This record gives sequence, structure tokens and C-alpha cells, in this order.
Amino acid sequence: MTDGPAGTGEPGDRWGGSVSAPVPEAGIPTEPRPPDEGTSGATFVQRGDRIFRFLATGSGAFVVALIGAIGLFLLIQAVPPLLQNNADFLTSRQFEAGDPNNLHFGILDLLLVTVEVSLFALVLAMPIGLGIALFLTQYAPARVARPFGYLVDLLAAVPSIIFGLWGLFVLAPVIQPFALWLQDNLGWFFLFSPGNVQIAGATVFTAGIVLAVMILPIITAISREVFARTPRAHIEAALALGATKWEVVRMTVWPFGRAGYVSASMLGLGRALGETIALMIILAATPAIFTGSLFDGGATFASKIALSFAELNNNLSAGAFIAAGLVLFVLTFLVNAAARWVIARSGAKA
Amino acid sequence: MAKRLDLKDVDIYYGKFHAVDSVSLAVPPRSVTAFIGPSGCGKSTVLRTLNRMHEVIPGARVDGEILLDGENIYGPSVDPVSVRRTIGMVFQRPNPFPTMSIRDNVVAGLKLQGRKGKKELDEVAERALRGANLWNEVKDRLAKPGGGLSGGQQQRLCIARAIAVQPDVLLMDEPCSALDPISTLAIEDLISELKADYTIVIVTHNMQQAARVSDQTAFFNLRATGEPGRLVEIDDTPKMFSNPTEQATEDYISGRFG
Repeated sequence: MTDGPAGTGEPGDRWGGSVSAPVPEAGIPTEPRPPDEGTSGATFVQRGDRIFRFLATGSGAFVVALIGAIGLFLLIQAVPPLLQNNADFLTSRQFEAGDPNNLHFGILDLLLVTVEVSLFALVLAMPIGLGIALFLTQYAPARVARPFGYLVDLLAAVPSIIFGLWGLFVLAPVIQPFALWLQDNLGWFFLFSPGNVQIAGATVFTAGIVLAVMILPIITAISREVFARTPRAHIEAALALGATKWEVVRMTVWPFGRAGYVSASMLGLGRALGETIALMIILAATPAIFTGSLFDGGATFASKIALSFAELNNNLSAGAFIAAGLVLFVLTFLVNAAARWVIARSGAKA
Repeated sequence: MAKRLDLKDVDIYYGKFHAVDSVSLAVPPRSVTAFIGPSGCGKSTVLRTLNRMHEVIPGARVDGEILLDGENIYGPSVDPVSVRRTIGMVFQRPNPFPTMSIRDNVVAGLKLQGRKGKKELDEVAERALRGANLWNEVKDRLAKPGGGLSGGQQQRLCIARAIAVQPDVLLMDEPCSALDPISTLAIEDLISELKADYTIVIVTHNMQQAARVSDQTAFFNLRATGEPGRLVEIDDTPKMFSNPTEQATEDYISGRFG
């Protein structure tokens, strides 16, 4: 309904804000009904309503304040070491912040590894997540769909340390032959060229696959919810025109759920960008420069910070890592903004 | 175009529930047949078996024969998708595809059949929209989404979408129940015009509507609560509304039902 003065109980309420002239027999006898002014507090508001509005507004403001405070904290901690940095923060590939008297840190490799491993995971997880969500909502009989859905959700409950160990000790040896085959046959392409680490499987390749498994339940669960809400009327309209199952999906389910699928994927990407412990276990630390190959080792923002933070003993070194954290913070922000832009561009859902 | 339908001993089930018992009736081409009866008597269910939409519900099945110009649409080698391409359907609530333009809504069925020529599709869209008495209202905004139209216009858009493929039979499931009286009148006029080219079966709760638009009327009822619905009688509309054979029909039509 429109937000007129709520709960006055007079019959004129029925028309909400659409009637501006007072209705003679419906108004309160003593005073004419004030014109609607949206959320203006001029009219009488029930106490419960006021409390609820205060709580809701407060919660909203709290989130904004919290994000602002986190950003501010990162910024304040990051500025002093940045001023004493002997390397270019954005373009240097080495991150050496152990000695507060000789700070020498740049984030380029961290950024590249983070982005590459996350995008690789996303490329693997997006189509599979879409397939699972469509299978569960459109193809699977209800008897199968429900337990299968729980199973996928359960993936999200597996601790990331388990994923890390599984990735390094189980998955890496299994996919090693395939990795070698890719290097032998597609090595001319930078993504598949031989990597910069000697430890088999401790690579972006393995890490990306593990990350894909980790973000799969996020993408699947949200897409499934959205696809399942496709109005029955639209599906029947398509069926009645003689659409096959696949055509029904293409004509109704997909246009209806596309924006939700994209935002689900972006949430998955956000999770991938910030994932720490699994990547810390899998990725081999290396002093070598990141070449862009999937078979490189290295570190992401999060895994680098986690690896090094325990040994820090001064504010400047800590600040250097916080500066890296700030970049990660901004990166996830940009990903979210991009997701919103994509959703807005693809049109409002009906 | 405009084929006849014959139902022979059609029993309809939802899982173990026997919804409709042994319906036999004939729908001649280029005529309007109205299904009337109280809620839950199975008239919509019967309608949905005529284009095999009934079976999209898990567990639903149909026994008996439904012949479209003598060919059983439930034959073992018949693809339900191809049945639905030749028997169009209009639903209770207007349901244009919200992400498609008005034009794309109208030609959606043709595109499913693999027809792609832009010129051909434009011609078909105009013909179907003219056929649905909607062309003059939308000709300047064919590229706009169909969801922006009024309820009555949306329903006529759905009718245009159904007749764009020139179906053998047009099924209408309470097409006016969500519309205001003026839009209802527009649809009723349209049904009378469409009768010249199409075989129409319409389910309606509105007995005046059945009397106004149909050539023959079928009355469905339940014997008792929990029993399957059945066809009480089918006859020419004037006779059904003036001098029906069955007492139950008389009671229902005159409002002495129950």
C-alpha cells in the first residue's frame, strides 16, 4: 500500500494516497484529514510503528557506519607504511615488509594471483552451478530434488581447512596428469605454460578447482531459489505454445532468473576473493615472479596476510599488510558494484 | 485449420484421485462450446486434457480417446509438444512473457516452430493483433514490453499470441474472470468473430457469458463431494438455458443449486 498516515482506521484509508480531496462522509468529524506527505512525522503515528521505524533505520545506519569504520581503520593503518615504502605499492611484485626500516612491498602479484584464481574458480563453477540449479528446479522429480539440494548445501558447511587439505593431498595428485597434458599441448598459451614452482599441484590450477567447489553451493543455492520462483503462469504460457522443456527454460525461467544468477555468481566471486585458509594450504610460496600461468604458485591477498601476520612485531610491518587488505576490500567492493551494474542493465525482474 | 474434437470415455486422474469420470462429447469445427459448472467439477481439468496440458502436473494421467479430426492426440506416437502447437490456449490470468516486447510475445509460438524471417513475423504479428482487436491500440509501441498494457489488453495480447500460429482449436480457461466488464465485452465480441475461423472451447463461471458467446453448452457437476466430476449434459445453448433435459442443469442455471 502507499505510505499514508497509517492505522487511523477511517474508511477513507482504503484509497491510500491516491485521493487528495477529502471524502465528505468518510473524514473524521472534527478536523479535515491532512494531506499525505509520505513519511512526514506531522501526522499521528502509532507508538509501535515509531519504535519499529527507529529499529529499522538504526539497523540500516549501523551497517553503513560499520563499513565506513572498517574502511577508515584500514586506511589509517595503511598510510604510515605506505609513506615509508621503498617500492611502488601498486606495480612492485615483491612484498617484503618484515623489516620496518626497509619496507619494500608491492601488491601486483598478490592482485594478479587473487584475481586469476578467483576468476578461474568462477569460470568453472558458474556453468556447473547453473546446470545444478536448473536440474533441481526444472528437471529433477521432487523426490530427488530435495535431498540433492540438501547435499549441495552441505558443501557450504564443509570447513575450508578440509577443502585445503583435500585439495593438496587428494585432488592435486589426481589432476596432475591432466595438468601436465595441458602444459604439453597448450603450453604456448600463457595460462597453461609451465609454472614457477616445483611442488606438483601446489598451483593456482588446483586452488582454483578447490575454490570452484567451495563457491558452487553459493551459486547453486541462490540460483535455485530464483529459478524456482518463476511464475507458473509464464511456464504454462510457454508450454501451451508448444515449447519443449528446454524452450520453457529459455523463454521463461532464464529471463526471469538471469539477474539472480549473476548476483549469485558475484557473491561466489566475493567469497573466492576473500578465501584464505584453503589457498594458504594449497598454494606453494615462491620468491619467483607470477607469470600468469595457472601452474604458478604464489599467494593471494588473504593467504599472504594469513601466512605472514603471526610473525609481525611492529605497527609498520602490520600496516603494510593492512594496506594489502585495503586493496582486497576495494576489490570486493568493485566486484559488488559491477554485479549491481549488470543486474540493473539486464532489466528489472517482473 | 478449425478441426473438430471428439472425446470418447475420457477419465482423468491426479495420481490416484479420479477427477473426472467418463466424459464423451463432440466439438464441431467453427463453433463455440462453453463448459459451465460449479467450482471443482472438473471443467478446467477437461479443458486442459484437450491440449495435453493436464499431464504437466506430476502423476496426472488420462484414459480414453480425444480425437482431433479423427486422430487420437493421446496416441502412442504423438508428441504432446506438437499437440500444443496446434491447439492454442488462453489462461484465466493474462500471462504475456514479461521480458518480451508486444511483437515478440505475439510471434513467440512461431519462433518456437523455427520461423525466423523478420518480414514474415511482422506480418503475422500484425494479422494476429488485428485478429485480436488490439492492433490499433498497440501499433505504435510494438517494441515495448507486453506487461505495460492494461489487463484487458494483455488478455487480448495472449489471444493474439495463441491465434498467431493459426491453431486447429482454441481453448480458453475463464479468459474474462480477471477482467473488468468493458474488457470482458471486448473479449466476448472477439470470441464471436474468431468463431468464423477457429474451433473454440471456453470454460466460464459466468452463465450469461456462456449464453452470449456459445453455440453449445456442456454442464459439469459432481455427484457428491469426493466423487469424480462428470458431464451432466451437453446441448445447444438456447435449449440448455431455456429447457434443459436434466433437472440438475435446470437447478444450476436458475440458481437453485445445492
